[in-house]
Amino acid sequence: MKIKTLKTRDLRDSIKNGGCGECQTSCQSACKTSCGVANQPCENKE
Amino acid sequence: MIHQFSLNGCHITVDVYSGAVHVTDEMGMLAIQLCESLPKEEVKKALLAKGLDGEAIGQTLEQIEGLKKEGQLYAPNVFEQNASCFQKRQGEIKALCLHVAHTCNLTCSYCFAAQGRFHGQSALMSFDVAKKAIDFLIQNSGKRRHLEVDFFGGEPLLNMDVVRQTVTYARSKEKEFGKVFRFTITINGMFLDDELTEYFNQEMDNVVLSLDGRKEVHDRFRVDAFGKGSYDMIVPKFQRFVKKRGDRSYYIRGTFTHHNPDFFEDIRHMVDLGFRELSMEPVVTSPGDPSALTKDDMPIVFEAYEKLAKYLIDLNKAGKPVRFYHFNLDLENGPCLYKRIVGCGSGSEYLAVTPWGDLYPCHQFVGDASYKMGNLDEGITRPDLQADFLETNLFSHSECKDCWAKFYCSGGCAANNVRASGSLQGIYKEGCDIFRKRMECALMMQAAMDEEN
Repeated sequence: MKIKTLKTRDLRDSIKNGGCGECQTSCQSACKTSCGVANQPCENKE
Repeated sequence: MIHQFSLNGCHITVDVYSGAVHVTDEMGMLAIQLCESLPKEEVKKALLAKGLDGEAIGQTLEQIEGLKKEGQLYAPNVFEQNASCFQKRQGEIKALCLHVAHTCNLTCSYCFAAQGRFHGQSALMSFDVAKKAIDFLIQNSGKRRHLEVDFFGGEPLLNMDVVRQTVTYARSKEKEFGKVFRFTITINGMFLDDELTEYFNQEMDNVVLSLDGRKEVHDRFRVDAFGKGSYDMIVPKFQRFVKKRGDRSYYIRGTFTHHNPDFFEDIRHMVDLGFRELSMEPVVTSPGDPSALTKDDMPIVFEAYEKLAKYLIDLNKAGKPVRFYHFNLDLENGPCLYKRIVGCGSGSEYLAVTPWGDLYPCHQFVGDASYKMGNLDEGITRPDLQADFLETNLFSHSECKDCWAKFYCSGGCAANNVRASGSLQGIYKEGCDIFRKRMECALMMQAAMDEEN
């Protein structure tokens, strides 16, 4: 038995270092008909 | 809350409130499941009964205990208590969808925009209106530095002069106001030529090109005024465009309907044509429409997503990577919690502007007078409607409460939710099912590619 944890941005940490609002509006990016918020990366290098 | 699933030989556990993703073998997955509700000794007993080695069980249970202590397994919901702070957003605007043309040179019967006219009169936006829209965006964007403008229709190339003038005007304001504009455009390709390609390569951050896939699929709906299919006209243009696009962003974007729930074949066709950045969306239409997806289509749609995920893994292994928009998932650098809670921002951060300068929550609400929020001359004239959108977030959808995928989908598309349930706080159940399937496929791809590396 083995458990491998993928490297993931912790949602709780992103309370402190998120919310700058500079990311792209998800619906503008490709589909225009079904939302894909998780498909858009964060663009804040900080 | 955890969610567990197995796909393509990968066994995956998603820890919903930390965002952690754990990849295990089958027994590891069972151990995680049992540890959520049973005492350690009982878990041990259950696993021994499965014929597993006692030492291996001990090591796994220790690992699970460690992950639990680190808050990466069975993490509690600490977010909902802060929900009220997300309901006091100020409504700074960062993106506009400019409807520069409420008319089109194609007459696709499945078009949610009713052949580009959005259930109203044909019209082209004047530069005067477009200029006011840019000023409105700058004035209402607060501290936001990156602003987005999407040129939409109808077919925006029918009003290309205004597109160019608008871009030039916005660029002239960047330095003065400390803003950076990001322009995008969605086109059907009929008027695309080398000169436009050159211009798009200079000014458009992203170009969305409409193609539904196989010729017979594409030409079923995407026809001109004489009923002639557009596939033969646009495909060579798109291939030429993509060659000249270099490493700049574009998406070949298709729609699948009741007539091709096996849309995997259409994606494969797009890849065969040489396209590498792809998006394929379920049709948006009323349930009675002949093109609407039915309950019986769903298993075929889900199978298509699974086939597609496996196909993309194979292409990646072969060194020919292809990106499918809804499988894009950057686990390490994904959106922050704030973004995941407020969603796409329609009606608050994002508005649509009609050719006459009327404001709507987004492009999909245009044409429904009950959702007209104001206009460029007077600003927001329906603060009650704006408040409804500002107060809509992941926590305001009661039906999302127990969904494992909520931090990936953020409550879904407001327009789809209203269309399906009659309420902004409702949900579009079929859309939820499709979204969850996409996310399972995307997570499986992450696990498979991690294994590969």
